[in-house]
Amino acid sequence: MSADPVHGILRRELRLWRVFRRDYQLWIFLLPALAAIIVFNYLPMYGIQLAFREYSFKAGITGGDWVGLKYFEKYVNSPMFGLTIKNTFTIASMSILLGFPAPILLALLFNQIRSPRYKNVLQTTVYMPHFISTVVMVSLLHVFLSMNSGLLTSVLKSLGLLTEKANPIGDPGSFVWVYVLSGIWQNCGWDSIIYLAALSAVDSNLYEACRIDGANRLQIIRHIDIPAITPTIVILLVLNCGNILNVGFEKVYLMQNSVNLSTSQVISTYVFNVGLKNSNQFSFGSAIGLFNTLINFVFLVLVNLISRRVADISIW
Amino acid sequence: MRKRYFIHETGTDRVLNVIFQIMCAFVLLVVVYPLWFVIIASFSDSDLVNTGKVLFYPKLFSTYGYGEIFKNAKIWSGYMNTIIYTVAGTTVNIIVTVTAAYSLSRHEFGGRRFVNALFVFTMFFNGGMVPTYMLISSLGLVNNRLVMILPFCVNVFNLIIVRSFFESTIPPSLYEASVLDGCSHFKYFFYVVVPLSKAVISVITLYYMVAHWNDFFNALLYINQAQLKPLQIILRDILLSNQVFSSGATGGTGMSYAQRYADQVKYGVIIVSTLPIMVIYPFIQKYFEKGVMIGAVKG
Repeated sequence: MSADPVHGILRRELRLWRVFRRDYQLWIFLLPALAAIIVFNYLPMYGIQLAFREYSFKAGITGGDWVGLKYFEKYVNSPMFGLTIKNTFTIASMSILLGFPAPILLALLFNQIRSPRYKNVLQTTVYMPHFISTVVMVSLLHVFLSMNSGLLTSVLKSLGLLTEKANPIGDPGSFVWVYVLSGIWQNCGWDSIIYLAALSAVDSNLYEACRIDGANRLQIIRHIDIPAITPTIVILLVLNCGNILNVGFEKVYLMQNSVNLSTSQVISTYVFNVGLKNSNQFSFGSAIGLFNTLINFVFLVLVNLISRRVADISIW
Repeated sequence: MRKRYFIHETGTDRVLNVIFQIMCAFVLLVVVYPLWFVIIASFSDSDLVNTGKVLFYPKLFSTYGYGEIFKNAKIWSGYMNTIIYTVAGTTVNIIVTVTAAYSLSRHEFGGRRFVNALFVFTMFFNGGMVPTYMLISSLGLVNNRLVMILPFCVNVFNLIIVRSFFESTIPPSLYEASVLDGCSHFKYFFYVVVPLSKAVISVITLYYMVAHWNDFFNALLYINQAQLKPLQIILRDILLSNQVFSSGATGGTGMSYAQRYADQVKYGVIIVSTLPIMVIYPFIQKYFEKGVMIGAVKG
């Protein structure tokens, strides 16, 4: 009763004004990043409606006729659907299966080196390939794996790991292996940084106590090092699984050739081909892209749910 | 110093130690040899390289390939463009990311949670290639240098790294003391926060620089005018599409000579394009593990 409504509003405005006076500089700081994100990340999300519309040049992105799920049906019913999904899943799961444990093992190995200087040399060296661009990386593959003069090809052939007629760059069967193993060569060292950082935080008293109890180095790795990095492993695993269908576009695109297309056409390269490069089927391309993003999103939520249940670790 | 070792090494440990050393040496070899091979191949006769005779050191030493590279106008223009995109792009990246990270690190900031969620959401959901292309094209940014600098100027992952650094390593009492001394947010940011954050700023500078230098995707989508193309697109043309490398001013030498050294040129191009970005790392290294760890622990 006693509260005068006009007075109350005035008071609230005064408070807002004070908060604004206090915070306006923070808003100014935030403005450029916020503007960039809204324009270049959120406006395209608004453009997703293109996937449900018939694109016409005259009507623009949002003006075409509503066709509902037509383009999704077109994708699901096309022979490319099964192929792109299969290829994307194969590449992604192989990358996680082989590529995820590699940096962990490398970090555990490097952690066993006692000389700080040698360890430093090792680390700096294995980081180097990370800085190589995708274009250069793929051309290195061409150099080392070419059918006739490739150094690695001839080594593998003389070891009997490849047949005489094998062409690692062209054969559809070897595409996934080349993709995944070269990825490990390039990024394993770099990805191990995070685990090495976690390992360097382990209390050295633990190691000492363990050794007094008579543990050998493998037992120390098993009972101290691995538990120390388990939380990091789980978080990174969740993030990686959430990105399962975000197979790197650049590298697949650059490694593609007319011969290996049956194993190298993934969703993102297919979107590029139908949507932008060969034919401008904007609506069709948007629909496939949205399909990809949605699957990714569902995967991330699922994996996060599992990790929250099992390990009580969540990324949000 | 030896005397301080109280705990005796067991036999198993000695064996394991040898095994670990051998494994490390193997890793080192696998990483270093391909890089070394490219270096020596860029100085050697291509025929010898192709027949597998160049393995450990250059043979028939020549710098013909590098000469050709330095005479090539396309590479120079690609180089210039890449430097422009990298320097301008990284500057914009740093300014935008660090200022936004500061705002988001202030706990009293009203819009904090909402704005934060707005940023994080873009890590997991996006409009996709085609709608993004159509937006960029309707903004008139196709074949415009700005497309390599402005659109994706804030990487949310880097933003989170910087924000966590501000939250975890800069003590709140510092802000209180500065405010009592009459600091505004601007002053506190420029005189206190930035000088204290060299480590994390160097780390994200490295991330952004490497991303710009190696960016192929954006140029593939949005740049098709020859004079705007960055190095990576030129490299693709030379290395993968096998476009004939015009021998430029060397009119006198025969075609076969140029052909013979085409491979040498390729190896040289790899070196010339990759070296600048590789040598940066050692300078930033001392900040590196500290900066990465903060992002990792607080992710």
